[in-house]
Amino acid sequence: MRASILKQNKFLIASVQGSMSDADLVQLREELASGVRRYRSTGAMVDVTMLDVMDSFAVRTLRGIAQMVKLLGAECIVVGIQPDVAFSMVQLGLTLEGTMTALDLEDGLDLLNARNFGDPARNE
Amino acid sequence: MSSTSQMVVPIKADVDVVTARQEARRLVSGLRFSSSELTLIATAISEVARNIVAYAGSGEVVLRIGQRGERRGLVVIARDQGPGISNIERAMQDGYSTSRGLGLGLPGSKRLMDEFELVSEVGKGTEITMVKWER
Repeated sequence: MRASILKQNKFLIASVQGSMSDADLVQLREELASGVRRYRSTGAMVDVTMLDVMDSFAVRTLRGIAQMVKLLGAECIVVGIQPDVAFSMVQLGLTLEGTMTALDLEDGLDLLNARNFGDPARNE
Repeated sequence: MSSTSQMVVPIKADVDVVTARQEARRLVSGLRFSSSELTLIATAISEVARNIVAYAGSGEVVLRIGQRGERRGLVVIARDQGPGISNIERAMQDGYSTSRGLGLGLPGSKRLMDEFELVSEVGKGTEITMVKWER
């Protein structure tokens, strides 16, 4: 798969590569979901900084990933959407409604920490 | 339209969608496109190539540099011998999809490019020609 998933405390961080195929994205969805269960993660971040194109399939899959993670009881944040990609998504009419987004990993991590019920023990 | 160089990318599986947009980026590297225009082009190619995989199973994306007067542009032709589109007007509407898509692929691609033409015959196939011109 052309994505890597890192575990940091109670969070999972998935980094997406620049040229992911549909199958790669679907595999990412499965691995992230099983990772959240296995590690009892309370938050997941999908970093799409390297993604040069976000077409309708990619957006639909990302939305699916975020919803799935949410249903498992964790927060999911998509971080690093490039301005060019965001512009192109708007032109296409694609939205990530209902999905939390953040500028980059750092902001995403802050958001996750703030969202995790303010209980520091949870994030240790 | 003179064709200085042309590239044919066979589309058989979802990985070929990635190849098509990478080849397009390579082909237009000498043209005056902004990075955001390059992203728009790559996204439009991704959508039409994806349609080939989803509806026809296989087909091809032809990429070439076109010229109109002083302006150069990227011409993208996506063609397949698939089932064709019975109601083109409806296929070009936002939110209409007969597959698992979002129904934004075709009307969305039209918005991303400068020119967009769709020719389709039921039982014969579909050919989409799109052009993005240098500013």
